[in-house]
Amino acid sequence: MAYDTIIEDGIDILVVGAGLGGTGAAWEARFWGQDKKIVIAEKANIDRSGAVAQGLYAINCYMGTRWGENNPEDHVRYARIDLMGLVREDLLFDMARHVDSTVHQFEEWGLPIMKNPETGHYLREGRWQIMIHGESYKPIVAEAAKKSADKVFNRICVTHLLMDESKPNRAAGAVGFNVRTGNYHVFKSKTVICGAGGASNIFKPRSTGEGAGRTWYAPWSSASAYGLMIDAGAKMTQMENRIVLARFKDGYGPVGAYFLHLKTYTQNGLGEEYESKWFPELQKMVGKEYLDPEASHLTHRPIPTCLRNHALISEVKAGRGPIHMVTMQAFQDPHLEEVGWENFLGMTVGQAVLWAATDVDPKNENPELTTSEPYVMGSHATCSGAWCSGPEDVSPSDYFWGYNRMTTVEGLFGAGDAVGGTPHAFSSGSFTEGRLAAKAACKYIDDGKAEGIVVSAAQIERRGKEIYKPLEHYRIYRNAVVAGSVNPHFINPQQGLDRLQKLMDEYCGGYTVGYMTNEKLLNICLKKLRIMEEDLENLAAQDIHELLRAWELKHRHRAAECVTQHTLYRKETRWPGYYYRGDAMKVDDANWHVLTVSRRDPETGGYTMEKAPCYHLVSDGE
Amino acid sequence: MPTFVYMTRCDGCGHCVDICPSDIMHIDPTYRRAYNIEPNMCWECYSCVKACPQNAIDVRGYADFAPLGHSVRVDRDERKGTIAWRIKFRDGTEKNFLSPITTKPWGTAIPKLADVPAPSKEMRDGQLLYNEPKYIRLDDGGLRTLEDAGLKLKKGVYY
Repeated sequence: MAYDTIIEDGIDILVVGAGLGGTGAAWEARFWGQDKKIVIAEKANIDRSGAVAQGLYAINCYMGTRWGENNPEDHVRYARIDLMGLVREDLLFDMARHVDSTVHQFEEWGLPIMKNPETGHYLREGRWQIMIHGESYKPIVAEAAKKSADKVFNRICVTHLLMDESKPNRAAGAVGFNVRTGNYHVFKSKTVICGAGGASNIFKPRSTGEGAGRTWYAPWSSASAYGLMIDAGAKMTQMENRIVLARFKDGYGPVGAYFLHLKTYTQNGLGEEYESKWFPELQKMVGKEYLDPEASHLTHRPIPTCLRNHALISEVKAGRGPIHMVTMQAFQDPHLEEVGWENFLGMTVGQAVLWAATDVDPKNENPELTTSEPYVMGSHATCSGAWCSGPEDVSPSDYFWGYNRMTTVEGLFGAGDAVGGTPHAFSSGSFTEGRLAAKAACKYIDDGKAEGIVVSAAQIERRGKEIYKPLEHYRIYRNAVVAGSVNPHFINPQQGLDRLQKLMDEYCGGYTVGYMTNEKLLNICLKKLRIMEEDLENLAAQDIHELLRAWELKHRHRAAECVTQHTLYRKETRWPGYYYRGDAMKVDDANWHVLTVSRRDPETGGYTMEKAPCYHLVSDGE
Repeated sequence: MPTFVYMTRCDGCGHCVDICPSDIMHIDPTYRRAYNIEPNMCWECYSCVKACPQNAIDVRGYADFAPLGHSVRVDRDERKGTIAWRIKFRDGTEKNFLSPITTKPWGTAIPKLADVPAPSKEMRDGQLLYNEPKYIRLDDGGLRTLEDAGLKLKKGVYY
């Protein structure tokens, strides 16, 4: 192929993926590394990329410590109960104690944050959420990142991390290709901060035709964070903690502002409250520690999101759907009606399009809710990601190996979806994690830990060949048949994605099986994923755009494999409502009040699974 | 579709191609107009619609579940710092909304960190980030520690 090889050498900090995590990393890196070379490699255009591309109507993680609203330890308690006890409290506390400074900075940069006219404080949507006019959230943080970086490479699909050949298990940069020019890009770097995205579309979406793209999480969040880190041999954690979202049906419009600010509520098809009916039986399954509706009412301790999903799923299964969001009362207030609509326009325009198309005006009709297909990510109300070091002043020794947010691969740091164990980070928390990782990466370099990195021409050439193989494969076999998409020698990326989604859905607990799986199904899933990996060697791309889809599929496949391994290993149903192990329905605290950690051996492809201790640094009291 | 391009308005400038996060807005080589090459990978994020100087791009809801006959138009004005939306329902009902997108002129409010004084060794060795503690509580106090909160490392380890 006649593509150029473009080598960017001498980089100190390479930021892979510039969503909210990556922009935070690039911004902060310049302060701690004023003499350092900071480079961003982004798959799309940094001005509109990542999950916040179309905007956000709320910042979902803000303490308000300056106004005495919350302290970091309160946030740890909240995230811990929401995740049924299993989080990395050191990472959570660390993110929470810095996150307010990030938000205050955003306001200074021009992000319009709504104010409560009575108190003058930021207008709260809920205890942790503040409301913004965030249509231009991403362009604003992109400006900050661009002002800090030496170079921004847009439209680079990063496919692999480079590894140092002078020292095992040390990162040395990344490679990828430009999706417009096709050129092969090599970034030799002393450290890498992985701010790439989590995984949408690894399970079959509810709409499978043209509407397949109207998923809740961005379709371009293609599991790169996981594909890159797993292939480099980084340890991963909580990958079984996939998330299922309750959202407005088909449009996936968010419900947070509706529940919290507009005070809307749900009812079943008969107009009844249904949630609480399911809790007594569910309590037997998860224990009073995780579901105590009475105590929740008295102390404002939330009922875990997954358990509320369980009630919705169970009610629909019992034949009392559809579930409705009662909006007709709130929308009679013109101000609240405006908030309700702008909430979509600022972050999920597709929901407004759907309601306009179906003549659903929530003022006159209560819209339907449903549960989504599962997603794997680390920054929303879920915490899949890499097993990372915590900060030195908070972390117990099992959680600390020197540099904040560094993975188990030396010189490889994470932010946002890439970091495991820190749920409820959302946009502001991801940006903050990027800042923390950047400071640590600078320290790592200043401590001399990145000296003598060697990347041979052979490694670069090997990866290059691997990257372009789907184009080559297409060229060789394209004429095996006359026309059409059926070829005995290859599959194309869409066909591969369809297969991945079908098998994950049916064997790993997608929506068509009611999120249910078991050991036998998971073993079949692994077998089919292994065979699919052989077929991925025969993936064909007819142009550079399809090559992008081919690599997105490979990253998705790798993430799916890791999710299946974790789900098989944890022999309990820790998060009913996200998934169920039919052969181990109860929460089993005696054996499984632990974090699960995996490592895939890059040489053999074999997985090693282990349990890691779950330390509670913060006591229960309020 | 879901995004589609009015052929008579598009002049092939490529702003949509430049901005699309999903890499699906491309220029057709024959007609030299933009088009959506992969509707099932479109998120209806409206990045291309907002970026189009000719207002040539629109969205038609997904055929899987959205009937025809609606529109959601947008006008994002960086000079005024506002975004305006016009929603037309299938039955003809219309709704209009206007929101701010920034409170400061673009390009003016964010400093270059290369130009600020370099951090001291003490700062490097501590836990604070740029402009902290000022920005944490706006001069009201420092970084929260476990000790501040009266908390001790609690060894709740279970196997």
